[in-house]
Amino acid sequence: MSTPADQVNGDRRRAPPVAGPPRLCRHRSDRVIAGVSSGIAEHLSVPVLWVRVIFVALAGLGGAGLIGYALLWAFLPATEAGARRPSTTRDRQQAVGLVLLGGGLALAGAAWGTAWGGWVTGPLGIALVGAGVVWREADASQRTRWRSGAGVLSGAFFGGGRMALLRVLAGIALVTSGIAVFLLNQGNLGQVRFALLAAAATLVGVAVLTVPWWLRLMRALGEERRARIRTEERAEIAAHLHDSVLQTLVLIQQQSDSAREVRRLARGQERELRSWLYGPQGYGTVAQTHTGGPAVAPAFAAALHAAAGEVEDTYAVTMQVVVVGDCALEDPLPSLVQASREAMVNAAKHAGVAEASVYAEVEPGQVHVFVRDRGAGFDPAAVAADRHGLADSIRGRMQRHGGTVTLRTSPGEGTEVQLAVARRKGGEEA
Amino acid sequence: MTAETSEDRGIRVFLVDDHALFRTGVKAELTRAGAADPDGPPVVVVGEGGSVQEAVAGIGHLRPDVVLLDVHMPDGGGAEVLRRVRPEAPDVVFLALSVSDAAEDVIAVIRAGARGYVTKTISGRDLATAVRRVHAGDPVFSPRLAGFVLDAFAQRPGAAPVGDPEVDLLTPRERDVLRLLARGYAYKEIAAELFISIKTVETHVSSVLRKTQLSNRYELSRWATDRRLV
Repeated sequence: MSTPADQVNGDRRRAPPVAGPPRLCRHRSDRVIAGVSSGIAEHLSVPVLWVRVIFVALAGLGGAGLIGYALLWAFLPATEAGARRPSTTRDRQQAVGLVLLGGGLALAGAAWGTAWGGWVTGPLGIALVGAGVVWREADASQRTRWRSGAGVLSGAFFGGGRMALLRVLAGIALVTSGIAVFLLNQGNLGQVRFALLAAAATLVGVAVLTVPWWLRLMRALGEERRARIRTEERAEIAAHLHDSVLQTLVLIQQQSDSAREVRRLARGQERELRSWLYGPQGYGTVAQTHTGGPAVAPAFAAALHAAAGEVEDTYAVTMQVVVVGDCALEDPLPSLVQASREAMVNAAKHAGVAEASVYAEVEPGQVHVFVRDRGAGFDPAAVAADRHGLADSIRGRMQRHGGTVTLRTSPGEGTEVQLAVARRKGGEEA
Repeated sequence: MTAETSEDRGIRVFLVDDHALFRTGVKAELTRAGAADPDGPPVVVVGEGGSVQEAVAGIGHLRPDVVLLDVHMPDGGGAEVLRRVRPEAPDVVFLALSVSDAAEDVIAVIRAGARGYVTKTISGRDLATAVRRVHAGDPVFSPRLAGFVLDAFAQRPGAAPVGDPEVDLLTPRERDVLRLLARGYAYKEIAAELFISIKTVETHVSSVLRKTQLSNRYELSRWATDRRLV
């Protein structure tokens, strides 16, 4: 049973990765052949012995364990980081014994004549051991390469000194001779068929021997691609910061003797950066994967934010905009946004305070907007007849669309303009 | 409880933020605004921390009354501090202070146990008031937090069914209070508007805070992640 706090933590993308099961990979430091078993054991948090025993048991079933092991070896990435618990000498002896037992079981299974297990005995078995030796050596040379930072090609096979070279050559010899003996055993072949088979066998042999090299090449390409994406991303962020933040900071320094101008610039930049970071198409936005059909961007909230932004820019004030719900900007709503903008302008011009609150709520039937300041306030009865802002721009506009305007103000008490308009029938709520 | 002692020594505040410049600014503002104000105990900054480690150690050692907590920090941020400190020091109150208005941050830190959320644009005077309020046991809802909570509890067509009405639904009165908070009203103004006492307003807001922390109805955290708005 997880607590709400746990779920929150799980959902936070910026939090460091919580300790889940370790990634499935091969452990170099805890290996007997290639570290597959210890990697699996750590991933599943079971004793490594169990994993090894299971591989041995599977090896008896027509060599399935051997094939499985080889595939995991090829496709699991190796880590340089050591296993959590170091392997003891006893562990290693046990493991070597298990390896021999697995080989023996595979041979025994084949000898008893399991339907398709016969390939393990005889020359192909030898070729297999040879391939194993070469692969293991390639693994070791990669570690050396990591340490020395040598290139991909030079370190591919021959990074481990003379003994390593000998081991690789021995592996190649085993593979070659295994394949050769296999071919020679196919006694009753014509010359042409023998030549074809020999060519194919050579190709297979080369392919098996060079598997580590191919895999490494592919991984290197993948890494390079990731690095390029990271670089591009970094360049994009740098360009954005340069175009916006840096320019604004320069402007602020130039205008530093005008507090009003500094505030206007800072607020405008803040708004821009926020929408870049957190906005609907923002930089930090999660890609919407569950799109059912074309994504229609609900536009009312965006329009209201834009209107507030214009007022902030023009009058150097701060508008605290809070919008609950959102919907498409359909017919009466553009007028509502315009009227709200007018109310914000009034607050910015006449209230004499640097901040005002805008709250909008989209309900299924109607949309409310409240524009409130804690400024001077006024006496509605005493407004000169030639002042048109409230009368025309707000009241008239709202009445034309069947909306209502409520004004709450008195001198010294601040002002709140409440706007409400009914939504057209059939409007989809977002 | 701490009522008498806080009269003597003031409300002891611990600052957690990874930006030293910002800590200095808040400390200066709080010291100025917190000491001069006659309508409450003085607010004293007793310590600060620049990382999760420092914060956990400092809070455990100093036992402040209120912790002002930054949301974004390396090593897990404010939520991590809350998780590690709260079991040991249950009577320390946390007030989140962030530059971010992202819904996921707000909801995450509230659900991790913070008693309020204010943005860094708040004035020193308002911050001191907010500190006094959380210290007195009342939550502090900025207009934006009120808007998020309203949105998260909104009744949408096709929404998940109510599991436990006790925590999954807001009462109409709680909704009214939240709307007024989102409109920028202070508690006193809300009380006057709804013809109820300030104490009742505080009760409603506490109840909303509890529901936000406990309700799983709309899987609030996922809601917040999906809806990253300014």
